[in-house]
Amino acid sequence: MANQGFDVVVIGTGPGGYVAAIRCAQLGLAVATVEDDRPGGVCLNWGCIPTKALLRNAEIVDLFHRADEFGITVGEWRADYAQAIQRSRRVADRMAKGVEFLFRKNKITLLAGVGSLKSKSVVEVKGKGGPEILEARRAVILATGSEPKSLPGVAIDETQVISSNGAVRTETRPASLVVIGAGAVGMEFADVYRAYGVEVTVLEALPRVLPLEDEEVSAQIARLFNRRGVTVRTGVKVVKVTPGKGSVAVEIDAEGTRETLTAAQVLMAVGRAARTKGLGLEALGVTMDRGFVTVGPTMETAVKGIFAVGDMTGRQMLAHKAMAEGVVAAETIAGRSPRPVDYGNVPSCTYCRPQVASIGLSEAAAKADGREVSVGRFPFTANGKAVALGETEGFLKVVADKRTGEILGVHIVGPEATELIHEFAVGRTLEATLEEIIHTIHAHPTLSEASLEATLAALGQAIHI
Amino acid sequence: MITKVMMPKLSEAMETGKVIKWLKKEGDPIKGGDVIAEIETDKANVEIEAFGSGVLRKILVGEGGQVPVGETIGVIADPADDIATIAAGAPATRPPSAPAAVPAAAPTAAAAPPPLPAMESYRSVPETANVVPMTPVPSAAPAGGGGRIKASPLARKVAAQSGVDLRLLQGTGPGGRIVRRDVETAAASPVPAVAAAAPAAAGPVAPAPARPQFVIPHPQFVIPQRTDAEFEDRPLSPMRAIIAKRMPLSKGPVPHFYVTSDVAMDRAWALRAELNALEGQPKVSVTDMIVKACALALLKNPGVNAQLVGAPPPGQSIRVFHRAHIGLAIALDEGLITAVLRDCDVKPLAQIAVEARDVAERARGGKLRAQELSGATFSISNLGMYDVEEFSAIINPPEGAILAVGSVLEKPVVEDGQIRAGRRMKMTISCDHRVMDGAMGARFLQDVKRLLEEPLRLLV
Repeated sequence: MANQGFDVVVIGTGPGGYVAAIRCAQLGLAVATVEDDRPGGVCLNWGCIPTKALLRNAEIVDLFHRADEFGITVGEWRADYAQAIQRSRRVADRMAKGVEFLFRKNKITLLAGVGSLKSKSVVEVKGKGGPEILEARRAVILATGSEPKSLPGVAIDETQVISSNGAVRTETRPASLVVIGAGAVGMEFADVYRAYGVEVTVLEALPRVLPLEDEEVSAQIARLFNRRGVTVRTGVKVVKVTPGKGSVAVEIDAEGTRETLTAAQVLMAVGRAARTKGLGLEALGVTMDRGFVTVGPTMETAVKGIFAVGDMTGRQMLAHKAMAEGVVAAETIAGRSPRPVDYGNVPSCTYCRPQVASIGLSEAAAKADGREVSVGRFPFTANGKAVALGETEGFLKVVADKRTGEILGVHIVGPEATELIHEFAVGRTLEATLEEIIHTIHAHPTLSEASLEATLAALGQAIHI
Repeated sequence: MITKVMMPKLSEAMETGKVIKWLKKEGDPIKGGDVIAEIETDKANVEIEAFGSGVLRKILVGEGGQVPVGETIGVIADPADDIATIAAGAPATRPPSAPAAVPAAAPTAAAAPPPLPAMESYRSVPETANVVPMTPVPSAAPAGGGGRIKASPLARKVAAQSGVDLRLLQGTGPGGRIVRRDVETAAASPVPAVAAAAPAAAGPVAPAPARPQFVIPHPQFVIPQRTDAEFEDRPLSPMRAIIAKRMPLSKGPVPHFYVTSDVAMDRAWALRAELNALEGQPKVSVTDMIVKACALALLKNPGVNAQLVGAPPPGQSIRVFHRAHIGLAIALDEGLITAVLRDCDVKPLAQIAVEARDVAERARGGKLRAQELSGATFSISNLGMYDVEEFSAIINPPEGAILAVGSVLEKPVVEDGQIRAGRRMKMTISCDHRVMDGAMGARFLQDVKRLLEEPLRLLV
């Protein structure tokens, strides 16, 4: 049993953990990381990255379908789903290797095994070669992430009832699929499977898809998905999921009417739960709130010297939020005074097509907040670049404070929405107002001109509409 | 004739003003001197009067709108005047409650009787355009010079709208940058931002400090564990902040000197009692008598009724006033304000008494008018009601002098070798040594003293 000492021990190497580890190392601390799967966490291996690869495939498949539109005659062609999954795995592997490379570059020790806290400064790693004890001289950073949740009484078997974890690994696609949950994960997989010809039904208990987005965004996406042949049903409660021979029965309650849907497979996308079991947190006095670890603005838990970042701390379960938290934790441990994460200014992105991105408050939330708002919208049908691309679905909506021009929220449905959002993210960080966006010359022709136009529209001055 | 109604500069420090209320509507006939609007400044709410006559043709800055000093906020003109260029050149800002755009008035030129030809261009700006001020926020270039203020665009706008002076803030953003939070914290300081918000306090009471209890502890007295906070930090109210900023501008660059004199107030006291016993006459205060005495003495000593003007060092001159506009320091809950009584040299004492009472009341209600806040040639600060024997005051620039007045106290006085009870009052003049010298201040004080000791002179 080896006994090693480090300044900082990080448990988990997802975006929260590996960024925290690298930042600690940059600041001169000796760092060990503990990982029970592959470096990179869910994001690089099973989430963000592999699904983006699949969505790119879906996009190309759809472009093949649209070849005529561009005057291209395509002979016989075939989209092999297994190869799409294989490509996605290669992408994920490459990114995960990238994390290993970064660890080596920053002289970070990577230990394979399951980590748990023996005391506030001692981490036990149970790996293949027997347990190891790591001593954390300055701090421990917990970054164990989250895992897919299911509905009560429904077991995820990853064959008939699958989660995103199973979906990114399975090289066969079902003939039909019921997606339970119309959040980002549900909508992205619905998109991929639909492009590969699967009959997809999306069920959402709340009244609209992407329920955290602005209402107009939800409405637009529901409309576009329906048009592509995805059945979207909102306000529907799933009562029971019964796997049978060759199909799964999903009993639903649609506003009081019981109904049973059958599909070859069910994808459970109802959310994620923090992975905290077995870490030994309770014994040390780390406090939890509804299953998530409670942290302060420096990401320190209730126990001094134990930090937690990423999904396990709740709030937005997003890789980029986890990375930001990782930096705050690392800099705090290194004795700096980092600016706390601004949770009101975290971009939210869904990579279905058209993409959805938003930042700040929805129009309804801004009004509920008592703000008098002015709203500007600009459809991509009026944007030259979007028309040239043949990607005119969607719009860009700016919600601003009527008195000050403060950019309260921005909501985008459309091509490269997830890239476009950052103009407003920077703007909001700098406390820019509509005026500063307007005074910024936007190159022509670009999709970003929609940002300018929607901003102008909020002042009643849009030029191109 | 076209008269632009401009955002007046009501104090040295004022950079922007906010229209609280228009008392006249577009289309109302206006006579010169009519009170047309209420303006909120950093110190008070004031009413502004029309300088020209005609019709209030156009309100360019609606209620709630905040614009830099000197900006045109409305246009008074004859119905036939073409005001298009003025209206079009108006600030691109119009506040939320600006009068709603006129229903698409007939653009058919010529014929229409009160023609508003090119107005369409302005009115066609949709309502949403009114909301975000597009004018550069003036605090970006502070009038008094100084470096660039690091503040976010949003902080600048919120500051302009809430009347917070960015120069007085310490930013908490990166590199000390002032961000919205800083402005909001300043704006939300416990003391109301404007005098108007203060409840009309009865009488000339300043915030009454709790009187310290001077109890000599018993030798065995053990101080109990004191668990309350040792101190608290209160943010500066906007008014306090202005005072804090302006006073060093005086005490720093203005070299003060002080001359004190003791006045026998017996006869003034008696005369006042006599006057106040008169049926149907306004009540006269000691302050009123001092105002009158100073006004008369100022005309006799023009060197004291003077101030330094122009840019230094060449180009400077001493402006000597030929009338006595007396600034009266009025204590408010959140600070103090100087209200100006004009032409006190010619106004009878009774008139001064009536006006002084009126401005004091309106000052506490935040209802002073523009011209009542500036233009004093000399100021008086009377702390007599607080049992103050004597004190010295800080000159309120650009004025050249200020008189600090203590209480009228009963004292033993020696007269012809006899001790008797008399009423005495001490007064101290603070003078700007760049403008005047000790002897001038002393002569002035002598004259004031003589006028108060022979108070019938105040009535003739």
